[in-house]
Amino acid sequence: MSDADSNKTEPGQPSLRTTRRSFIKGVIVSGVAVSAVGYVVYERTARRPAAGAVERLITLNVNGRDRRVDVAPHETLAYTIRNKLGLTGTKVSCDRAECGACTVMLDGVTSYSCSTLTQSVRNRKIVTIEGIAGPTGGLHKVQQAMIDELGPQCGFCTSGQVVSAVALLNRNPKPTQDEARRGMSGNLCKCGAYDHYLKAVMRASQEA
Amino acid sequence: MIVKDIMAPFELYQPAQLKDAFSLLDSFGKDAWKMAGGYDSLDWFKDRIVRPQAVIDLTGIAEMKGIKETPDGVEIGALTTLSEIENNPIIKAKYRLLADAVSHVASPQIRNHGTIGGNASQNARCLYFRYGLPCYRAGGNTCFADTPEGINREHALFGADRCVAVTSSDGAPALTALDAKFVLQSSSGQRVIGAEEFFVGPNVDILHLTAAKPEEILTTIRLPSAWAGKNFYFEKVADRNVWDFPLVNVAAAISVQNGAIRESRIVVGGVSAVPHRLTQVEGIIQGKALEEGTATLAGQSSTRDARPLNYNGFKIPLMASLVTRAVRNATA
Repeated sequence: MSDADSNKTEPGQPSLRTTRRSFIKGVIVSGVAVSAVGYVVYERTARRPAAGAVERLITLNVNGRDRRVDVAPHETLAYTIRNKLGLTGTKVSCDRAECGACTVMLDGVTSYSCSTLTQSVRNRKIVTIEGIAGPTGGLHKVQQAMIDELGPQCGFCTSGQVVSAVALLNRNPKPTQDEARRGMSGNLCKCGAYDHYLKAVMRASQEA
Repeated sequence: MIVKDIMAPFELYQPAQLKDAFSLLDSFGKDAWKMAGGYDSLDWFKDRIVRPQAVIDLTGIAEMKGIKETPDGVEIGALTTLSEIENNPIIKAKYRLLADAVSHVASPQIRNHGTIGGNASQNARCLYFRYGLPCYRAGGNTCFADTPEGINREHALFGADRCVAVTSSDGAPALTALDAKFVLQSSSGQRVIGAEEFFVGPNVDILHLTAAKPEEILTTIRLPSAWAGKNFYFEKVADRNVWDFPLVNVAAAISVQNGAIRESRIVVGGVSAVPHRLTQVEGIIQGKALEEGTATLAGQSSTRDARPLNYNGFKIPLMASLVTRAVRNATA
């Protein structure tokens, strides 16, 4: 109760409260800045690695942009894009390649980022849910169709569903219902809104 | 105990050439872990049941990728993804059995990333083994599945020897039915072995499901032209159609001449530690007309030596039905 009191603001005064989301993003950004500063100093003195050994400071192509990032050898792609690049639209649920919440595209094909080492996708084009929307920020037709068909309920699986649907329609713009169902079969939805998502894929495929 | 957090650290190596991979394997020996697509590897690491010092990521080795025709069949690089095989025009035209089989593996995302070499080389899926218990397969002296309380509905009907785990690959039975040859290379040369030698049961090596030695890499899988374009059938039965490993699957290649079976290779997965080839059934149906009676006979005679455990008796009629359907419905 005292917690609730301390969060109160007087009417007419600007709120000093930060949202949970902006606080987390702030922590991520400052973390990246600190670790990057360390590298500017460290890299000059580091010894050359043995043949085949990996360097930690690498360039990743994410959503069309080259991003320099410090990546540990045992780091998963989901961890890197969420915690180092701040792209928290990609969700992690099972962490075992068994649910699809973390689905991203690697060179246009879908993959589970929770079970992929970041170091092994250095040379590939990574597209996350943040890279699906148009350059002006408008919704992709798949996203609009999912809203129209009431696809998301709790919404946790939705970014994975969108990425799978977009990858499917890029490869096969006019799928049959069975092809769409198969294309979406690697994404679980604990709310059970499978028919809604499926209808959304079919609706999006009918729009030019 | 399974720890659900990030993986323990390891050194990562990404050789671009086979010879670099061999020298890494030679220098790290048993402390090295060979990784292809990585979906299975990362499960082991995350569960901290396998803690390698050095992980060798093979996916950068270009010479282990791709599908090409040769004078006596087709060569598939071990790093070729299951999606590539599923959609490859040569495989679809000549070895549809393999395309069918890999299209049933796990989920689309896993097929996009998982490789045929990794699919064929995957370790046992026995829950007790995967949980990190000190069972026979983990080097201990107990089997936790074959006990009065053990949950063994996914376990073996044939060839159990202390360990009752089965092969859970969908690709392996198809590769065995197509008489595939496996090319294993190391710094000291290469050897080419057939499927019956590549997949090993607990009576041969209780710690491994394949004959690949720690210093060897499965680089290529060769499909001989002898079985190209024959009558094929693949079917998988699992609890869910996506993700789950087979309870039982069947892969059949049947060569038909004038309406009679000239030769066949029928292989069942999920019932033994190795893809279970039905040599006796193949002998029984050889020369018989391709008709309903032959199919029923094949199914009925396929499970004759089965030794069920407490909870996997359902696999016997399931396997008989699948074999019957394979012989009845195999088409070119």
